[in-house]
Amino acid sequence: MEPILTVDNLKTYFFQSEGTVKAVDGASFEVYPGQTLGLVGESGCGKSITARSILRLVDKPGRIVDGSIQYYPANGGQALELTELPSDGATMREIRGKDIALIFQEPMTSFSAHYSVGNQIMEAIRIHDRGLSQQAARARAVDLLRKTGVPMAEQRLDMYSFQLSGGLRQRVMIAMALACTPRILIADEPTTALDVTTQAQILALLKDLQRSFGMAIILITHDMGVIAEMADEVAVMYLGRVVERGPVDQIFHAPRHPYTRALLRSIPSIDGEPRTKLPTIRGSIPHPYSRPQGCPFHPRCLERIAGVCDQHEPALARMADGQAVACFLHHREEIRQN
Amino acid sequence: MTSNPNSVHSNNSVNSVENAPLLEVRGLKMHFPIRRGFLQRTVGHVRAVDDVNFFIQPGETLALVGESGCGKTTTARCILRALDPTAGEVLFRTDDGRAVNLAAIPRKQLRPWRQHMQMIFQDPYASLNPRMTLADIVGEPLLVNGMRDRQARNDRVAELLRLVGLRPEYMQRYPHAFSGGQRQRIGVARALALNPSLVVADEAVSALDVSVQAQILNLLMELQERLGLTYLFVAHDLSVVKHISDRIAVMYVGKIVELAPTRRVFSVPKHPYTEALLSAVPIPNPRVHSQRILLEGDVADPSKPPPGCYFHPRCRYAVERCRIEPPPLVEVESGHYAACHRATELTLRGVMGRETGQN
Repeated sequence: MEPILTVDNLKTYFFQSEGTVKAVDGASFEVYPGQTLGLVGESGCGKSITARSILRLVDKPGRIVDGSIQYYPANGGQALELTELPSDGATMREIRGKDIALIFQEPMTSFSAHYSVGNQIMEAIRIHDRGLSQQAARARAVDLLRKTGVPMAEQRLDMYSFQLSGGLRQRVMIAMALACTPRILIADEPTTALDVTTQAQILALLKDLQRSFGMAIILITHDMGVIAEMADEVAVMYLGRVVERGPVDQIFHAPRHPYTRALLRSIPSIDGEPRTKLPTIRGSIPHPYSRPQGCPFHPRCLERIAGVCDQHEPALARMADGQAVACFLHHREEIRQN
Repeated sequence: MTSNPNSVHSNNSVNSVENAPLLEVRGLKMHFPIRRGFLQRTVGHVRAVDDVNFFIQPGETLALVGESGCGKTTTARCILRALDPTAGEVLFRTDDGRAVNLAAIPRKQLRPWRQHMQMIFQDPYASLNPRMTLADIVGEPLLVNGMRDRQARNDRVAELLRLVGLRPEYMQRYPHAFSGGQRQRIGVARALALNPSLVVADEAVSALDVSVQAQILNLLMELQERLGLTYLFVAHDLSVVKHISDRIAVMYVGKIVELAPTRRVFSVPKHPYTEALLSAVPIPNPRVHSQRILLEGDVADPSKPPPGCYFHPRCRYAVERCRIEPPPLVEVESGHYAACHRATELTLRGVMGRETGQN
C-alpha cells in the first residue's frame, strides 16, 4: 500500500527569549489510507505540535526548521511538500479542511458561541464548495449530523454550542471535520475531555466513519487503552522524538524501547489486581529548556549504556520485522554523527 | 429512595469502638436551587446529591466513582463542609470514640474538626499559590493552627517533605520550579501537615501523566500504611480506582447505585450502570476486544430526573417496574449493595477473570 502522508525527520522549534524549545525534534512516520496511526506520548512530547505542523498551523514563535511532510493528493498527482508551501497560501488553505481535517480536544472551546453550530458546519462546506446553495449546504449539514449520530439533527443545527452536551458537541465537531470528506482526519485527544461511556460512543463512531469513508486517521492521545483499541500502527513519542514505531500488536506485546516498556508497565489496568504497587518510571519529564544530552530518555532509563546513551542520540532504525526503534540497545553500532 | 437510611450499614452500626466506622454519611442531600427572573424565585432544584449513605472504616480506602455531574465531588465537599448540605448527617468518629455530626455544627465552630480531615486537589498547577515558597505552603496549616515558632514549623515542613519524597532543601523554592508530579507531592505534604485521619482526594491523579500517576498512587498507598490514613478517593478513572481502593461506591445522578468491595464490583457487578461503565473502559491490550455496552442518550438531568429508576431510559434490562418505582439501595449479597429491582435475577458481566491473552 502507498502512504498518503509521509513525515520525515520533522523538527518544529519555538524560538523564545528564554531559549529554544525543541517541541518536535525528529518525528518520522507514514500514514496509510483507511488506517489509523496512533501518536502516543505524555505531555510535552510534541504530539500536538506534530499535528499542527502537518496542517501548517504552528503559531509564532514556532517554526518548522527541518524535515519534510509529503502529502500525496487524491488523483495520483505529484506529491506536495507541505513544509515548502506558504502556510496561508491557496494550496494550503485548500488542503486544510478539505483533504486533511482536525478535531480538537476541547469541544467546549472550539466553537464560536456567536453562530449556531449549523452555521459553522455550513461555512466549512461552502468554503470548499462555493457553488453550493444555502439549502443544499443545510441539507448536507443535516445529513452529516445524522451520520455522526446526533439525534434530532434538524433542530440541533440551529442550536448554539453551549446548548449541547459534551458528547453531542464532540459529534458536531466530527461532523464539521467530515464536511468535505477529508482523506486524513487528525484527531487530537478527541475523547480526553469526555466521560468513559461517551468516549466509547465517540470511538465507535470514528471507527464506523473510517470504514464508510475509507479515510486515514491520525489519533493523538496519551491513553494507551484508546490506542490499543483504535490504532493499526503506533508511534511512541518522547520529548519531541518518535522513539518507537510499529504495528499495534508489536508495540503492546513486544515493545523494544525501554520507554515504551516502562510506559506500558506503569498504566493501571482494569484487569489488574486491586491494591497492588505499580511499577513506575523514575524521575519526571525534563523541563523543555533543559533537555538532556544524548538519548532524551537516558536519565530515566534503567538500561542505559554509560558513555553511549548520555553522549549520542540514537537514530530511529527499522528492524527486520518492520518495527522501528531509536535505542542503542538494539543497534549499538549505529552511533549518529550529527 | 432508601426509606431506611441505616440500610447500608445495618451490620456495622454497632457502637463498639473498634468496629466503628471513622466516617458515616446518612441520608446526605445537597439540592441547589435554580433561580429565575427578576425576583430570583426558586423554580426548581438541582439534586446534586440525593440521599447518599455510606461509611468508611479507619484505614480503609473508599472510592466514589461516576461520570461528570454524578455528584461525587459535591458529596466530598459536603463531608468537608465546603458546602452546607441540605439534609443528612455526616458522622465523624473522634479519637475518644464519640461520633460528631459535622453537618449540624455551625461553620464557626468547625475549625477543631477541620484538621482531622484534609483534601488533596486535582490540579497541582492551580492549587498551589505561585507566590508562596514550599515552606509557606506546607507550613500554612501549621501556622493557622497555632504553631507560631518559625523554626519548629520549618522542622515539621522538612519532615513532611521527606515523607512525600521531596528534598527538604527545596523548602525555599516556589512551585513553578517543580514538575506536575512534584507539585502533587507538595499538595500531599500540605494535606498531611496536621496529622489528619481522613484524607479526601478529589481526582488527585487525573491531571498527571501516566508515568507520574503511578508514582503518586504508590505514594498514597505507602503513606496509608505508614500513617494509618483513611481515604475517600473521588475519581472517574476505574483503572486507577481499582489500584487504590478497598471498596467502591458507584454514583449516578446524585445517588449511589452500587457499593461493594473492589474485587466484587469488577468481577460481579450488580447494577446495569456499573456493567456499562466497566465495559466502556478501553483496555490497553490490542488483542482484547471488549464487548462494549453502548449507552443510548445522555445522563439524566438532575433537576428533572425521570420517574422510577434514574437509569431506566438508558438501561437495556429495564422493565415496567423500573419506570415507576425508584429502587432502594439494598444488600444483595453480604457487603454488596445495589439499587436495582433486578439485581438478584440478572447476571451481569464484570471485567475480572476475562481472558486477556497477556502473560
